[in-house]
Amino acid sequence: MTDVLGKTYRPGEIIVRQGDLGDCMYVIQDGDVEVLKEENGVQTVVDTMHTGDIFGEMAIIEHTVRSSTVRASSPARIMTVDKKTFIRRVQEDPSLALTVLKVMSQRVRKLDLEVATLKQELGRETTSAEPSTGRRIHGD
Amino acid sequence: MTKAPRTGERDPARGHGDTDERPLASDIARVLGDPRTWGSGVSKEGQPGDGGTFGETVADNLKLTQGSRVAVIGGGPAGSLFSFFLLKTLALIDTEVTVDIYEPRHFDHCGPAGCNHCGGIVSESLVQILATEGILLPAEVVQRGIDSYVVHMDVGSVRIDTPLHEKRIAAVYRGNGPRTSERITTEGFDRYLLDLAVSNGATVQHKLVTDVKWPEGRPRVVCGDGAEATYDLLVVASGVNSQVMHIIEELGLGYKTPSAVTTFIAEFHMGQRLIQQHLGTSMHVFLLDIPRLKFAALIPKGDFITMCMLGDNIDEQLVNTFLNAPEVRRCFPSATVPTNCCHCFPRINVRKARKPFANRLVLIGDSGVSRLYKDGIGAAYRTSKAAAMTAALHGISEEAFAHQYWPACRAIDRDNMIGRLIFGVCHLIQKLRFSRRAVRRMTFLEQTTPSSRRLMSSVLWDVFTGSAPYREVLVRTLHPAFIGGLAWNLIAGNAPNARVREDKTMVS
Repeated sequence: MTDVLGKTYRPGEIIVRQGDLGDCMYVIQDGDVEVLKEENGVQTVVDTMHTGDIFGEMAIIEHTVRSSTVRASSPARIMTVDKKTFIRRVQEDPSLALTVLKVMSQRVRKLDLEVATLKQELGRETTSAEPSTGRRIHGD
Repeated sequence: MTKAPRTGERDPARGHGDTDERPLASDIARVLGDPRTWGSGVSKEGQPGDGGTFGETVADNLKLTQGSRVAVIGGGPAGSLFSFFLLKTLALIDTEVTVDIYEPRHFDHCGPAGCNHCGGIVSESLVQILATEGILLPAEVVQRGIDSYVVHMDVGSVRIDTPLHEKRIAAVYRGNGPRTSERITTEGFDRYLLDLAVSNGATVQHKLVTDVKWPEGRPRVVCGDGAEATYDLLVVASGVNSQVMHIIEELGLGYKTPSAVTTFIAEFHMGQRLIQQHLGTSMHVFLLDIPRLKFAALIPKGDFITMCMLGDNIDEQLVNTFLNAPEVRRCFPSATVPTNCCHCFPRINVRKARKPFANRLVLIGDSGVSRLYKDGIGAAYRTSKAAAMTAALHGISEEAFAHQYWPACRAIDRDNMIGRLIFGVCHLIQKLRFSRRAVRRMTFLEQTTPSSRRLMSSVLWDVFTGSAPYREVLVRTLHPAFIGGLAWNLIAGNAPNARVREDKTMVS
């Protein structure tokens, strides 16, 4: 297709690899991607993102390696946003940073919810497994 | 003190400050550079330029509050983006205002009736920033994603690809396509942005503004059908091809219209298949030694090719000379340029307006300041957002605009000064054949050697796309590696043996 912007990825194609150095962030123009975290050689899908979502913004803010792998889960069109272009614009218009702050804020909110859910589940499992001891996960 | 001039009666002897004395040349330079010294055409009698309404003499009262009314004249990118950012920012601070966008066109007619007369390129940097802002240009708006530039010279052509091989430049129609286009799937860029503003709460008044009055220190918009409405803030985004700028100038608020030059834009119908075959997804730019021609480009879009020309006193003769150049004809099937189906001679802003703001008034986009020759839509985005943030967060007084909005305009204007120098050098390259050989050779080698540093390529890319500030481009050309590379290619590219060898190997 000639009348579209960005780069097109096939389902399963890697867009960002965990551990690589990054100097750009990405905006999903169209399609879906999944975020995978690799720990001890095991990959776990930790998030999915869709059209309009931004990822890879941590590389813009701090000079560090990619924290996760991102791969297309459907045919996806992705636009790269250069670090230099973004920083130059933020210097002139700091309000642009709000868009990234908003993404990070939503991510923190989502993580909080997930942590709370996991702790509740873990708490229930512990309680049911050791009913006699009465040990608690929280409040020790 | 002499009595201040009334509307449209500026006393030239007074200069622009508050003094009665004629300004010295040094004073004029200082005054033009510093908006604080521009004054406001102050009248003590409630005329335009007052500190506000009667009794409203301090900037504190000049703020947008719940229920304020804002008029935006012009529904192009500047007007629509201003409305979008203003409404979005005010929503964050729980303030509701009314925004009326006055735009007589619907942008859904083919040809001039629905067009804003522009080449229609959304630059690489703007596409990225709009995406970050959440404004994703849909496929119906993008007529073609551009991923490369082909520079055509009499010494040969050279292609410059984006490093990421990604389409990050959008070729768009400003209206709904050329006169003969009939694609119903097409959506114009301006229409898309206007709809975006409307979806955020703006209202479009499809009326022609014929006059602006300033009773009691507030703007009153008068339309062709006789309807009138008073507002708290007037935003002018009418561009340089509108009479509204002159109406504002005559208000006596200190605004002076920007300098503009005439350009030429034409559309050629070729069909998608032939366009893909001959132009691909590249924008084709021409550095040709044709008198009066500064810059020309062919932009592939859908079924059409848009041709843009910049130069001095562009006329039919210059257009024909350009179209008959073999480098141009080679871009068309059978080296024959078809008859254009739509053309216009729009003007573009080349030097900033004087004092594009006053109490309750701000002029944005081409009506105020734009980037020199390139990225006019990018300048519209920058000035409209700066004006919107000022109006939403700092107020609508002259002082607020001078402190918050003007710096954004001044940054563009200062960068344009460097741009003039860069385009002067480009013009020199157009004139000197040996320099064209060096530029072509250096670019070609960078593009075909994977490990090569993209010195000349990145400079040409940013000059043609307008993606980076001109200052940054200039700094890159002063790098020893760039100077050394150019010097080497000047020698190597012009050696008799090298010329023969290159003509055989370089892709044209």
